[in-house]
Amino acid sequence: MAEAKKVRIATCSLAGCFGCHMSFLDIDEKLFDLLAWVEFDRTPLTDIKHCGPCDVGLIEGGVCNAENVHVLKEFRKNCKVLVAVGACAVTGGIPAMRNSVELRACFDEVYHYGVGLKNGMIPNDPELPLPFDKVHPIYEVVKVDYCLPGCPPPASAIWQFLTDLLAGREPKLAYESLHYD
Amino acid sequence: MSFELETAKEPEKLKRVVIEPVSRVEGHGKVTILLDDENRVHQVRLHIVEFRGFEKFIQGRPYWEAPVMVQRLCGICPVSHHLAAAKAIDQLVGAKHLTPTAEKLRRLMHYGQVLQSHALHFFHLASPDLLFGFDSDVAKRNIVGVAAAYPEIAKQGVFLRKFGQEVIRMTAGKRVHGTGAIPGGMNKNLSREERDALLKDIYPVVAASREAVALIKKVYTGNLAFHSTFGYFKSNTLGLVGPDGALDLYHGGLRAKDASGETVFDHVDYSRYSDYINEEVKNWSYMKFPFILSLGSEEGWYKVGPLARVVNCDSISTPLAEVERREFVAYGGGFPIHSPLAYHWARMIEMLHCAESIKDILHDDDVLGDDLVVQGERALEGVGVIEAPRGTLFHHYRIDENDLITMANLIVSTTSNNNAMNEAVRQVAKQYLDGHQVSEGLLNHIEVAIRAFDPCLSCATHALGKMPLMLELLDCEGRLLDRVYKAADGSVASLMS
Repeated sequence: MAEAKKVRIATCSLAGCFGCHMSFLDIDEKLFDLLAWVEFDRTPLTDIKHCGPCDVGLIEGGVCNAENVHVLKEFRKNCKVLVAVGACAVTGGIPAMRNSVELRACFDEVYHYGVGLKNGMIPNDPELPLPFDKVHPIYEVVKVDYCLPGCPPPASAIWQFLTDLLAGREPKLAYESLHYD
Repeated sequence: MSFELETAKEPEKLKRVVIEPVSRVEGHGKVTILLDDENRVHQVRLHIVEFRGFEKFIQGRPYWEAPVMVQRLCGICPVSHHLAAAKAIDQLVGAKHLTPTAEKLRRLMHYGQVLQSHALHFFHLASPDLLFGFDSDVAKRNIVGVAAAYPEIAKQGVFLRKFGQEVIRMTAGKRVHGTGAIPGGMNKNLSREERDALLKDIYPVVAASREAVALIKKVYTGNLAFHSTFGYFKSNTLGLVGPDGALDLYHGGLRAKDASGETVFDHVDYSRYSDYINEEVKNWSYMKFPFILSLGSEEGWYKVGPLARVVNCDSISTPLAEVERREFVAYGGGFPIHSPLAYHWARMIEMLHCAESIKDILHDDDVLGDDLVVQGERALEGVGVIEAPRGTLFHHYRIDENDLITMANLIVSTTSNNNAMNEAVRQVAKQYLDGHQVSEGLLNHIEVAIRAFDPCLSCATHALGKMPLMLELLDCEGRLLDRVYKAADGSVASLMS
């Protein structure tokens, strides 16, 4: 008997810390249940470098540089449902704390005033991405279908959300899975 | 210790191959390779493009926020940042010696952290290369492929990681970004129920860790000539050791050895780290290049992490891991092992050490105690150093009389491996790419060398083209959100203030 077509999922971390991806893996052995009905496109766990056509895209992290925008737009173009996962994707999160400081001052602190620096220089090679002056939540750049709050969202929330979505139900989080820390 | 292949003489005449993003590592790094018409390699660079500016925006925040805020640098090893910051802040509140309960709880949390991080890296990220081959089918070269071909190995990885995460949850409140450590101690002990729950699984965890060591040993020695020469280079090593020279992941003095294993410095009080370690900035990476000051930036770069620690220490305190350490070290034939792929083996030995250490701590009733916090004479400066899964991690803070942070300096583990990783990929490029038609499988060899170090990269990367450059960020309806200008001198300014 032919296998039913699997749901294709892509994930990536933009200006995030990977904590949301860790929380996703915190579904533990349920990962093997999930693999029965999903397959992965680009994620940090595979060697697929660009997102292709997918059913669901999970985005961790906000937007802090030009490359983040390219990746985010590629996901939006290819994913039927795009989800902002975690505080940074939803609001900018901790990295957005630098929004109250001038970018130049952040660079100076690290590359000119640091303890025990041999030479002071702000890295400026063409291979480095252009950082934005501010860190932005992803909804400011693309249309977002769902937001999963939390730093990170607990594994129970990610599991509930995915199983609802894949079963064709409107995702609904239990009270204890919906929190913001 | 040359910097051969770091910078090509005439880059404009060469073709550029890019690996972007480097996958199966934390975050996004990228590798650029410059080749001539005969595919001879002229330049290889691993670019780390993370820039967050924590050191700046943490200024003005109260010191007690640091352990919960700075851990958001990394979701894979948040506990390491949490504890390094907490150790620095212990000094601010004058907590010279924690209570036995607090120290053991912190160690428990840390061993849980190293265990889960090492399991994640070995099973979820690196094992596909080792089990299937470096140029195997890209569609199967991942944990899903491992789960299909070797279900027992995949299950073991999930089991070990889960246990480490549960240790963290019970000591820190939640699995990722918890709050266990506070200035001068811990905010909770282990309940009897929590301890019993962990004890129930600890023996299978020790057994699974032993099997993991056996697995990597079998794989590595199964093709010893290949694995021990892949990306080979020699360097200095750095790590913390206890007073007796034993491996200590939570606390100790700094020890550095040179490439031949001779001591450069030993049992150094880490609060004086800046007298021993300095950093250099290079134009092409946001990550700095640390070096041992007495040796200079050319000769003084070093590696950290499992391989450095296991060859640097005199012994490991737990018996099963010590047996494995001796067998491992013997493969060096009296010389330090420098092979990048030996990191995997050393990492599994450390995982076993963590499992054994967790078992010992769980059997100590101190973890049930309620003497959790000490305080002493206040200070305005504190340094905290810990051996994170990926290597020595430095946190350094100064505060003012209002308890607000005025200065923060962080040297994260992967930064210390910056030059080492670059050297490894250059060696691999020389060994396998030079003169060959570039293929996906060959490029994965480069990534295999990077993965051996288990780097913690972050943020995305992109080539900019010619500078100066103006860039606009539009929202989904085309409204202008931000406009930035990057001048040729590297200064960046928003034009929307």
